[in-house]
Amino acid sequence: MSPTRAALVLEDGAVFLGEAFGAAGSARGEVVFNTGMTGYQEVLTDPSYAGQMVVMTYPLVGNYGINLDDSESWKPHVRGFIVREVCDEPSHWRSVQSLNDYLKANRILGLSGVDTRALTRHLRRHGTLRGVLTTDIPQERAGHGPDTAALPPDVPDAALPPEMVARLAEEARQVRLDGIVAEVTTPRPYHFGLPLPVASEPPFRVAVLDFGVKQNILRELVRHGCDVTVLPAATPADDVLALHPDGVLLSNGPGDPKDVPEAVDTTRALLGRVPIFGICLGHQILALSLGADTYKLGYGHRGSNHPVKDLASGRITITTQNHGYAIRDESVADLPVTVTHRNLNDRTVEGLRHLELPAFSVQYHPEAGPGPQDSDQLFDAFLQQMRDFRNRHDQACGGGTNTERGADSGLGAGAPNTQPATI
Amino acid sequence: MPKDPTLKKVMVIGSGPIVIGQAAEFDYAGTQACQSLREEGLQVVLVNSNPATIMTDPAMADRVYIEPLAPEYVAEVIARERPDGLLPTLGGQVGLNLAVELARQGVLQRHGVRLLGTPLEAIQKAEDRELFKATMAALGEPVPESRIVHKVAEALEFAEATGYPVIVRPAYTLGGTGGGLADNPDDLESVTRRGLKLSPVGQCLIERSVAGFKEVEYEVLRDGRDNAVIVCNMENVDPVGIHTGDSIVVAPSQTLSDKEYQMLRSASLRIIRSLGIQGGCNVQFALDPKSQQYYVIEVNPRVSRSSALASKATGYPIAKVAAKIAIGLGLDEIVNPVTGSTTAGFEPALDYVVVKIPRWPFDKLTTALRSLGTQMKATGEVMAIERTFEAALLKAVRSVELGRMGLWRPGLAAVEEEELTRRLTAADDERLWLVAEALRRGRTVEQVSDQTGIDRYFVERTARIVRMERELRAVAEGGAAGTPSLPAPPGQPAGSKQTSAAPPGPGEPLPSDLLRRAKRLGLADAQIAALTGTTEEDVRAQRLGRGIGSVYKMVDTCAAEFEAATPYYYATYEGEDELAPSTRPRVLVLGSGPIRIGQGIEFDYASVHAVKAIRASGREALIINCNPETVSTDFDTADRLFFDPLALEDVLNVIESEQPQGVICQFGGQTAINLAGSLAERGVTILGTAVEEMDRAEDRRKFDALLEETGVPRPAGGAVTSAPEALEVASRVGYPVLVRPSYVLGGRAMEIVYTPDELVDYMHRAVLVSHDRPVLVDRYLSGVELEVDAVADGQDVLVAGIMQHVERAGVHSGDSIAVYPTPGVSESVRRQVVDHTVTLARALKVRGLLNLQFVAAGEDVYVLEVNPRSSRTVPYLTKVTGLPLVTLATQVILGQSLRELGYSTGLWPEPPYVGVKAPVFSWSKLLQVDTALGPEMKSTGEVMGLGETYAEALYKALLAAGIAPPEGKPVLITVADRDKAEVLEVARGLAAHGHTIFATAGTCRYLLQNGVSAEPVYKLSEGSTEILDLIRGGTVGLVVNTMTRGRAPERDGFQIRRTAVEHGVACLTSLDTAQALLTVMAGEAGREPNGEKAAAGHAFLRVRSLQEYQALAAPLPGGPQP
Repeated sequence: MSPTRAALVLEDGAVFLGEAFGAAGSARGEVVFNTGMTGYQEVLTDPSYAGQMVVMTYPLVGNYGINLDDSESWKPHVRGFIVREVCDEPSHWRSVQSLNDYLKANRILGLSGVDTRALTRHLRRHGTLRGVLTTDIPQERAGHGPDTAALPPDVPDAALPPEMVARLAEEARQVRLDGIVAEVTTPRPYHFGLPLPVASEPPFRVAVLDFGVKQNILRELVRHGCDVTVLPAATPADDVLALHPDGVLLSNGPGDPKDVPEAVDTTRALLGRVPIFGICLGHQILALSLGADTYKLGYGHRGSNHPVKDLASGRITITTQNHGYAIRDESVADLPVTVTHRNLNDRTVEGLRHLELPAFSVQYHPEAGPGPQDSDQLFDAFLQQMRDFRNRHDQACGGGTNTERGADSGLGAGAPNTQPATI
Repeated sequence: MPKDPTLKKVMVIGSGPIVIGQAAEFDYAGTQACQSLREEGLQVVLVNSNPATIMTDPAMADRVYIEPLAPEYVAEVIARERPDGLLPTLGGQVGLNLAVELARQGVLQRHGVRLLGTPLEAIQKAEDRELFKATMAALGEPVPESRIVHKVAEALEFAEATGYPVIVRPAYTLGGTGGGLADNPDDLESVTRRGLKLSPVGQCLIERSVAGFKEVEYEVLRDGRDNAVIVCNMENVDPVGIHTGDSIVVAPSQTLSDKEYQMLRSASLRIIRSLGIQGGCNVQFALDPKSQQYYVIEVNPRVSRSSALASKATGYPIAKVAAKIAIGLGLDEIVNPVTGSTTAGFEPALDYVVVKIPRWPFDKLTTALRSLGTQMKATGEVMAIERTFEAALLKAVRSVELGRMGLWRPGLAAVEEEELTRRLTAADDERLWLVAEALRRGRTVEQVSDQTGIDRYFVERTARIVRMERELRAVAEGGAAGTPSLPAPPGQPAGSKQTSAAPPGPGEPLPSDLLRRAKRLGLADAQIAALTGTTEEDVRAQRLGRGIGSVYKMVDTCAAEFEAATPYYYATYEGEDELAPSTRPRVLVLGSGPIRIGQGIEFDYASVHAVKAIRASGREALIINCNPETVSTDFDTADRLFFDPLALEDVLNVIESEQPQGVICQFGGQTAINLAGSLAERGVTILGTAVEEMDRAEDRRKFDALLEETGVPRPAGGAVTSAPEALEVASRVGYPVLVRPSYVLGGRAMEIVYTPDELVDYMHRAVLVSHDRPVLVDRYLSGVELEVDAVADGQDVLVAGIMQHVERAGVHSGDSIAVYPTPGVSESVRRQVVDHTVTLARALKVRGLLNLQFVAAGEDVYVLEVNPRSSRTVPYLTKVTGLPLVTLATQVILGQSLRELGYSTGLWPEPPYVGVKAPVFSWSKLLQVDTALGPEMKSTGEVMGLGETYAEALYKALLAAGIAPPEGKPVLITVADRDKAEVLEVARGLAAHGHTIFATAGTCRYLLQNGVSAEPVYKLSEGSTEILDLIRGGTVGLVVNTMTRGRAPERDGFQIRRTAVEHGVACLTSLDTAQALLTVMAGEAGREPNGEKAAAGHAFLRVRSLQEYQALAAPLPGGPQP
């Protein structure tokens, strides 16, 4: 059986032909590339990729199949997945499904056989482009066997009709990612897991504003002994505070931070009243709430090898990144914040800390999944921030009780009582 | 500026000769380190005994000492140079052990030398098995259950408790020397005994075997501020149990999920941090293929073979960065030279697959045990880069130059099923081809994976190649006969996988799609041709006609994320070509491929200098090579590096893309020379000596005609194709005769034959080796062998020097000790040698280098061989004379005349000092190989000794080669009858120096009769093991043994020689070498003040840098003698 031909047509008219895998049909989105050599399952299921079609620069994808543990959310969020070669015979003791079957089951289009390096170079030169991925192209080409789909576009009979390219490019230019956060945030609050008991102190209650949160952030919080409640992106500040959280985590998520002004407002209202930790989109939202500005990067940072320097300690950390926007450097100059981290590759802002208030954020992903586990201490820093705040607050209020706050949470219906029995 | 301002002068220790387990990778590392340190404004002092390296070029360091890598010599250099720091981690295990020893002896402290980079205790923690175990335990990193032992009994006790099999790992040895897997107490006893002997600290680790686990390695770099990055991870295709140096390795890992990748990455970082390493480090893990359980197997606290591979696989210059870290710089302060804009503090992202295949010496050492285990046996390796595993694998197969263009070989079809299973399970050097053969016969991927322990993923990828073979064959057969004539594998009718396209008729082209898919999968044109019954040329024409050509992609460390300016490319069959056309004139140099016996690092040395000379001439230098260990494949050596196989197809692809002015073949050894003819046939311009002239020197009949014409004499002989013819020639010229097949390098299958019976026997065996090529039968002249390297421009012939071989003709020149200038050769002989050289160079219109071998029998000089190319001795001669031979040759090749360059015809003036080159062998790694020297080359590397006198230079060379005078210990002599008269002098000399002599009956009697006192020992054939016990027990300090004919004595001799090698006792199989040793002892005695007995070598304990030596030689360029 011949594989189905599929094409990726970019808004500038560039065409990349290959073989379809996963689902058939058409999809549109922003086309971005990821340089990670492992972790495709995590990438597929990372809600930050919502609205995007991801090109993996590493050519062989699907080698270890899909397993039950490594998803970052309950379903894949990419709109299309573009690889040089997809492996149909995965080999791994945890694998339960091939990548092809997984995408098929989730009705996501895949494209293989593409010169992904050429595509990546194209995106690097022209910046992130929108595109259409479709199997609705002429399939029959007389005299050719099963490989015809993978013919490079410079082979004359492989090319698509020009009017079709023009139409698809026009379609690509229609792609908008507005409101993408609303698509991926939780519709209702929920309680995540059981905090692991940590010696000598009551667990920290953390409210996570879900802009498209990765499961690993929640897992890390739980592992650090936090009691985690996940809230919809549009939760107003008062509702957040009503939970009496020890801290608020602004999660990662897809798209432009300026498309979620309500989250910026919420954050502004929370500043100073509760410790805040922002990750990725959460970092940008925190910056906007402080009056800084963001801009769109040429082609973003997506991969597991981005070096970030901690400006205070001089330490370099290899980080996982996935963002298309960044904080405008000069916009923070007069704000009461300090730039704590910078990207060693392009010197962009990678971390901020408020000079007075308990709020800090990083552009990268300390939770890993996929990528290096080198930034775990940021969760400890968040814990310390909450601890300091709690101590100050307790002194100021003459020792408020944790039980009080726990009792009237009113959220997370059906959530188990997460307070350790000793309290 | 270095971060540490107190550092002004830094010493770098090299790794010495090439041996199995330590090849050219340390030339790459040391060269990068020297450049890196000098970039920072430091003075560099280098010590290395290997003259064939780029790193020992006088331009590489401020002071280059080519001296033995023995503590007393390095200490002498330190005392003389007073460096502020010592960089020990770039010279392999040899350099590291030496630094540890110097520190232990207090030499470093005494001279205020700081150990740079990784601190001593970190080295000890990683190297010492006991400390390592304790460190891992403290860190919570799992290691396989094990016990450190100093006695055999302790090993047996441990294995009794944990069960067999167990692995024996001797402490502080190279490439797993002396280690092995033991299934039972008997094996364990012998392996442990050997291991304890070979470990410099008499220590072994006995470890529970985790054979069958996945083997995964991480290359880590850490700076002095605790920043640490992973440069690359690598997965061994072969499971744990096969030494990583003998495994097919792929980078990055292919079967690890991100969780596992990160789990092991984090463990690597914890380990490097806890050890406190500053610089490069390699961590090896065993990972259960069925769970997340892993074990740390080994940590190398230094740059290694794996880091060279990782460096070339990613483009990240590990050694360069490690050197900068050692002098105090942080990763973020070091620029990534590949992008030019980012820093060294990052982790490379690959967008291709890298496959490494080892190169084993079994084609030369045919009797060696070919099974693979924990002791490394490969002499070198090749690396291939492609976009898929299959294509990278097939490229690597082409690169390794074993005459195989793919995974299909008709010969394997004859292997019986049971034998196939046994070999798949046991693992040997042909494993990859056997896996393919098993799949071809219809064994399932599961079955093959179970039998080999190779992950299903890799077997499945191999199966895809096999399926493509079948498809190609089916199409061809379908076209030719309508039905497949090849037997269909069980369960899979041939032709069932045919494409939808109609099969072509006879002589019809292959379907475009099939051809395109085959090329994308990586099949060579030659392989496609073999499978479809056509020619390589036809396949090439077919695909080029249909636009199926290769394109070039860049290795940029960052998967195209950033703009990179690297000149580092690989070919693939895909859309975009990244090769930007250049307008400058350019010249292509063919490299020399993997390091192997007969073609070592010398040819990489020559390739690199050719590239430099081309660049200096204002042209662009392009190079093709596939050896990841070398300087030639460093990212900044050439203007453009093509990391591709040195196979015709791949070379033509580069030529078509680059359109160079011409190709230079004479520096890349036989690999490049073999390509010259095919390239010329296809209209490629070969620069330098014309291809037909090269052929005149190689082809026996043409060569004879040439000698006839020029009147240069050669030993009588003839070319024969049958035994009767051979007997006829032999009886005409007289026995003994030297026999060899034509068209081989490195003396393969060459023998000295003493009787007609032996000759008939040889002809029967040799015909199998050489097919229809004739066998050469020559009179064997037992004279002095002389060797010459020269540069010619078609008119003038500059004879760089005449070297004399210590061992007489009959020992391969590559295994002989060479001396320059010649100590005892008459003026008339020298004149004849120069005259013949000039005559032949002119007759062959040589443009570039040529190497000649002569034998002088009395005052008569005969030519043995003329090689119009670079030779093994070129770097050695260059270093002794200071005459830049390769540079001159390249300038000549590019069109300049010697006269324009300031040189003329004649012998270059000889310097007032002596250089001796000695061969180095890797006997201890290769079981069942006879150590007796003969016409077949066996050495893997070489060292050089320099001195004022022959004795001094010889002493240093022998010491560096591991042949020290026996230091007062008794000597064992057992020689063939024909050698008895000759051994007398040796024995007399040894006795005069106070050595007791043990000898077997015949030899003993002869010595006693001639007034040399000797003690008799029983022969093995007399039913006693006394002789072996003397060696094993360390009673004797030297063995002199020559080959005796006949079954029993041969076996005896073999056992004696092997026992000596395995117990680290020097064993001389040539009386010439023994004589040379006496020269040293006499020379030493002559220098002893007041006739007092000095410690061994004391008399020669003087060092001088190469720069100082060369300053004593004639100034350059000077007028050579007419």
